[in-house]
Amino acid sequence: MTNPLHDPRRANRSTPSLQAHGHHGSWLGYVIGYGVAILLTVAAFAIAPSKHMAPFSIEAALVVLAIAQMIVHLIFFLHINTAPEQKTNVMAFGATMLIIAIVVIGSLWIMSHLAANMAPMDHLMNMQR
Amino acid sequence: MEEDISVDAAIAGSYPEESEALPTRQHVTGFGFYVYLLSDGILFAALFAAFAVLRGATDGGPDGHALFSARNAFIETACLLTSSFTCGIAMLACDRRNRFMTLVGFLITAVLGVMFLTLEIREFSDLVARGAGPDRSAFLSSFFTLVSTHGIHVTCGLLWLAVLLVQFLGRGFTPAMMRRFLCFSLFWHVLDVVWIGIFTFVYLIGGYL
Repeated sequence: MTNPLHDPRRANRSTPSLQAHGHHGSWLGYVIGYGVAILLTVAAFAIAPSKHMAPFSIEAALVVLAIAQMIVHLIFFLHINTAPEQKTNVMAFGATMLIIAIVVIGSLWIMSHLAANMAPMDHLMNMQR
Repeated sequence: MEEDISVDAAIAGSYPEESEALPTRQHVTGFGFYVYLLSDGILFAALFAAFAVLRGATDGGPDGHALFSARNAFIETACLLTSSFTCGIAMLACDRRNRFMTLVGFLITAVLGVMFLTLEIREFSDLVARGAGPDRSAFLSSFFTLVSTHGIHVTCGLLWLAVLLVQFLGRGFTPAMMRRFLCFSLFWHVLDVVWIGIFTFVYLIGGYL
């Protein structure tokens, strides 16, 4: 038998939304999460059409509101927290966030460079003739 | 459940000195499903990246300003957020073995999910009718791929929930049912998290900026 410490079944004692004996949060937690999520959603829809702010600052504010709301969902609905028994969950989550950041930022970075270095379209058309 | 006992016994048999501390089958299943959901997040990240890259590639066709209705997106958001909340409430009722509240909570979740899907299908058919289908431009291809992948997830979730509710009526609160409800609720909450990204990056940033 291999080392029991390496058994993947040991890896996790507490999955999100499933602490010992199945406490799926509390009424209060869901109500707070729902209330804060509503506020963040309404704020996002309210500032998006604003004519008083620069487009860049609106975009930055919307991104911040979205990330804040995702964190609210993770904490109050999915019950991910920093408790020691949730270490595996948080590490798996962190690794996924790293991959997502590489995919999204990397794609935008590479494609914007390609677009900047691309020959103008009419030039390409002429080369084909 | 017989299967639970046999699996737990098998685990306990391998390491008798640790049998009390070992995770239950529900923990193992829940963690496995959580890892699947994280991988689903990577799938959506790739589709978001494609949408962001192709946002300007409209080929002279309509762009987000001309097409997207923030009002429709807001109602869809309200449906999905509320259904996530009622799903959580149903899970609390599950914890307390409250049959009636579990059923009511999941039924409201399902109705709100159907409302969300109806709005989305109406929006899609309206876009196609206006000549802005997925074949019009790279921008619209990436829009339809991203939003309908989420919509297909919601559809699968609704079918899954319907099956679970039928099973639940027959079997009540068995360990297997609790495990399935747990996985479903994780799935449903994650779909709402993905939707936050869609309404922000597609409908608000894509529609106004």
